[in-house]
Amino acid sequence: MAEARPQSALSKMLNAAWVRPFLFLVFVVIAWDLAIRLFRIPAYQIPAPADVVAVLRTDWPELLRQCWPTTYATVCGFLLSALFGIPVAMLIAGSKTVESYVYPLLVFSQSVPKIAIAPLFVVWFGFGIIPKVISAFLLGFFPVVVSAVQGFKSVDPDMVDLARAMQGSRFQVFRAVNLPHALPAIFSGLKVSVTLAVVGAVVGEFVGSNSGIGYVMQRSIGTFDLPTMFAALVILALLGVVLFWIVDRIERLVIPWHVSQREDIVFAS
Amino acid sequence: MKSSARPSDVVQPAAHLRLVSDRAGSDTSGITLSGVSKTYRSRDGDVPSLRPLDFHINEGEFFVVVGPSGCGKSTLLKLISGLLPPSSGEILVDGEMVTKPHGNVGIVFQNALLLPWRNILSNVMLPIDMQRLPRAKYLERARQLLKLVGLEGFEKKLPWQLSGGMQQRASICRALVHDPGIMLMDEPFGALDALTRERMNVELMRIQRETGKTVLLITHSIPEAVFLADRVLVMTERPGAIAAIYDVPLPRPRSLDVMADPVFTELVQRIRKHFFSQGSLD
Repeated sequence: MAEARPQSALSKMLNAAWVRPFLFLVFVVIAWDLAIRLFRIPAYQIPAPADVVAVLRTDWPELLRQCWPTTYATVCGFLLSALFGIPVAMLIAGSKTVESYVYPLLVFSQSVPKIAIAPLFVVWFGFGIIPKVISAFLLGFFPVVVSAVQGFKSVDPDMVDLARAMQGSRFQVFRAVNLPHALPAIFSGLKVSVTLAVVGAVVGEFVGSNSGIGYVMQRSIGTFDLPTMFAALVILALLGVVLFWIVDRIERLVIPWHVSQREDIVFAS
Repeated sequence: MKSSARPSDVVQPAAHLRLVSDRAGSDTSGITLSGVSKTYRSRDGDVPSLRPLDFHINEGEFFVVVGPSGCGKSTLLKLISGLLPPSSGEILVDGEMVTKPHGNVGIVFQNALLLPWRNILSNVMLPIDMQRLPRAKYLERARQLLKLVGLEGFEKKLPWQLSGGMQQRASICRALVHDPGIMLMDEPFGALDALTRERMNVELMRIQRETGKTVLLITHSIPEAVFLADRVLVMTERPGAIAAIYDVPLPRPRSLDVMADPVFTELVQRIRKHFFSQGSLD
């Protein structure tokens, strides 16, 4: 039988939120390493974890330097998605006319593969940061709009009537009722959007760029330098996680009242 | 004021037209509806919701409307609060014609509809914010109202931390905080369990006595209607029209014991007959 006291400290540590995904990651890496040894997978197909870690260590300054343009493009694209997505969703949710004109086209445009049109942006805007930002924006925009439209539309009409009967102006009612009500949905859209914006930025770097993580990947695939390519993938994944985490933190600050954040007890009379 | 003669085009089966009471006075205070009807326009054509209605609610009166579901009771409430324009006729509140939301009403719906991001006190203060009234002046009033309904000490709680009955009491405070002349209540206790409901009825009666508001309450429950009301308006099925208006000659203050009173039971029976003659109450 295990003693209660020391075990509780250990199990507490095991139960900490960040430990579990970390343990799973360790498990995946071990399985990866074992698979390579067992099935004798050659290094030009899948590199061994140790090689990837070695590249991460030696090329760290270079990878970090290449990480900034990607981060910059992602964040700019994401902010643009939020900046345009939320007002567009407001218009779509607020007016049947706008909805009937714009929404089908928006869905239609979403079905166009971005990677196919990304070279166009290079033709239009050159090899700088702009094509990457646009590419990140185009991928991040749609989830924000869809979630925000749903959020704005799911307001209880009785609640809006109530505020209107209190002689609130349209703007007042919107600010006091509709907007806060839509925030949880908007944030879930933003969280999807931020991870997609990373993908968008990399797509932009694939088609035409001389810097960024996407460029590093493109170059290392060309030279069959798989450890570097995998190291770049790790960096990208980390970037996605960090950005997602930041949005999640902001969400907690902005909507502490939401069901997903509740921990308190309920009073009853 | 209009004469008591009704427009001849009003289709009302004679069997339903049993006006036991029509105390319509000639004063301008209170709520007056003359020839008010409502027809909704939809893609499948016009849907009549209310046939022309004429009645008067006196100031300070507890007026209850009962009717089968879908008879346009909620439409009636939206018309009086100015949220919807009537298709014909006119509504006067204290002698003023209602054309848009006029703020002289406090509304309570079946769901408490408290904003989950505001605490109880600032939920109660919502009408003050919407009407841009001085916050400081009404804050004390909000606290007193919360005390009146027994929610003292819960000002800083968020709505979900309170039980359904407590939330509904907070929404009653919200309806009263800007001191409107009229309270409009749309099945306010319909979502509560039977025990809480009875207690809330007693409490509502007390609040109405202490504040002297005119109350228009809509309900499905005939005993609740008779228990609360000075007068009960019975509505027909859609499109809604007045089947009858009854006086409730029970003395106030009333306790729950009044439900055993022969006058009470007889009146409940009589109102119930309306619904059996025209179908079920649903």
